[in-house]
Amino acid sequence: MKPLMQSERFVRFAAPLIVGAILVGGWEFACRHWQVPVFLFPKPSDIANSLMGDAPTLLAALWVTMRITFQAFFCAVVLGTLIAFVFVQSRFLEISLFPYAVLLQVTPVVAVAPLIIILVKNTQAALTVCATLVALFPMISNTTIGLRSVDQGLANLFRMNRAGRTATLLRLRIPSALPFFFAGLRISSGLALIGAVVAEFVAGTGGRGSGLAYEILQSGFQLDIPRMFAALFLIALAGVSLFLLMAWLSKLALGGWHESEVARES
Amino acid sequence: MFATNHVEAAISAEADAPPLKSMNIVDVLSANKIYADGTEALAPVNLSIAPGEFLTLIGPSGCGKSTLLKLVANLIEPTDGRLQWWRGGFDQVGGEGRRLAFVFQDPTLMPWSRIAGNVSLPLDLAGVPRSRSGPRVAAALKRVGLEGFENRYPRQLSGGMRMRVSIARALVTDPDLLLMDEPFGALDEFTRNKLDSDLLTLWWERKLTCVFVTHSIYEAVFLSTRVVVMAARPGRVHRVMEIDEPQPRGDAFRNSARFADLCRQLSSWLADASLPSSVTAAS
Ligand SMILES: Nc1ncnc2c1ncn2[C@@H]1O[C@H](COP(=O)(O)OP(=O)(O)OP(=O)(O)O)[C@@H](O)[C@H]1O
Ligand SMILES: [Mg+2]
Repeated sequence: MKPLMQSERFVRFAAPLIVGAILVGGWEFACRHWQVPVFLFPKPSDIANSLMGDAPTLLAALWVTMRITFQAFFCAVVLGTLIAFVFVQSRFLEISLFPYAVLLQVTPVVAVAPLIIILVKNTQAALTVCATLVALFPMISNTTIGLRSVDQGLANLFRMNRAGRTATLLRLRIPSALPFFFAGLRISSGLALIGAVVAEFVAGTGGRGSGLAYEILQSGFQLDIPRMFAALFLIALAGVSLFLLMAWLSKLALGGWHESEVARES
Repeated sequence: MFATNHVEAAISAEADAPPLKSMNIVDVLSANKIYADGTEALAPVNLSIAPGEFLTLIGPSGCGKSTLLKLVANLIEPTDGRLQWWRGGFDQVGGEGRRLAFVFQDPTLMPWSRIAGNVSLPLDLAGVPRSRSGPRVAAALKRVGLEGFENRYPRQLSGGMRMRVSIARALVTDPDLLLMDEPFGALDEFTRNKLDSDLLTLWWERKLTCVFVTHSIYEAVFLSTRVVVMAARPGRVHRVMEIDEPQPRGDAFRNSARFADLCRQLSSWLADASLPSSVTAAS
């Protein structure tokens, strides 16, 4: 038992799984014990049944939400990184534009979503714009800080060796920015999903091509609570997968050298 | 009594009187430095660095040693006065026979780059192709005793090894003037002595010119052909000691009575320099 418990990898996987199993088991037991009606609070088994039964619709809805999420995430990463590069090139531009980036961040997406949905004819595009707005700021601020947090000694070294602007950017600024960039990716990927779901709620579009948020709304109207939980479960699953994907990418890029990704030496 | 005379004979009171064998490598011509916040880090200093000498700057903390070294490396500009490199402007530095390298107080390695990549950085930035830089990197690493570590990351090395990587990076360009700011300050006495001996051998064999900053009197006496003692507030040259002990120097010199005398002399000058109202010998 002891060597297994001491194995870092085993504990990393097993510990959260055990906690999850206990929670789900307790939930199932409590619902059965007190005979909670399904429309008030469904048992995990009800949710699983609903998930199986409605799999085609729910998975189609998941696909729609994920597509919007990925489009928004992609736009946020590209735009955010470009804006960060602009900020770093010119102090003047940063001073003039940064307040608007903050403005973008502090305005709740629920408040601007109706406006965007009116302005942008295509609903999918409108939802993508909303989700992008939510996911953009962490990319801008993290990448900007990253590009600025260059070790002064290394900067001197590059200067002494007469490194040009491009060489300094490629060999010094970008590698220094990578840890911050990946931290931004983790935050931003989660926010893109949240933005997509919130925007869908506001848009409330039905029919084909509707996402998980619409399924949740719809289930609420029909008092199909297990289906609501099933949709919720899929959203959570998508969020966790996104996070794990980003963590994996980060490890791939920084694993060899950055403190945050280097396995603790014992 | 003999010993005292011996030491006095080795002392020159002039800051800028190197033997005029050939063209000076650097001339600091009454250059001073006042930082943006008004700190007078360096009062006007005159100093010449002759080819082949091993010049050490020593003095109390904050007396402007790093400032002077940065001026020589053109990392900062003098507030007043000027500097000459090979009797000209800084733009001629970097050409054949006029290369300059700087070893910082910290190893200053790129954590994302392997040791080989760190050492070859100056060559990469100069546009030397990999096929030609590879052997030079290997040779530089061999010189500091780190062959076989090419593919490690900096965090996998000890502090002393990182410092040696930093020296290898400075040597890879085959510099003619090597500037070092307390390179071994953070190392233990034993490692430091070893690296000092290696550095001295290297300097002697390759006919380098070195400007070295240290807090250690022993290090200064062991390494230098000339020691410049600086005083603070404002930073200035206090006294200069010439050490004509022949090369190669080794443990025999470290353990000699002459070494002890020189250290004692330097120590008392350093104590003078650290007094709040010290008067420069030259004034
Ligand atoms: N960038 C800076 N801006 C303002 N003041 C500075 C700056 N760098 C150094 N100084 C000041 O200039 C003086 C000399 O600094 P310098 O770093 O040259 O000293 P030093 O002799 O190298 O000291 P140490 O032995 O502690 O390294 C100090 O009083 C310091 O506070
Ligand atoms: Mg210093």
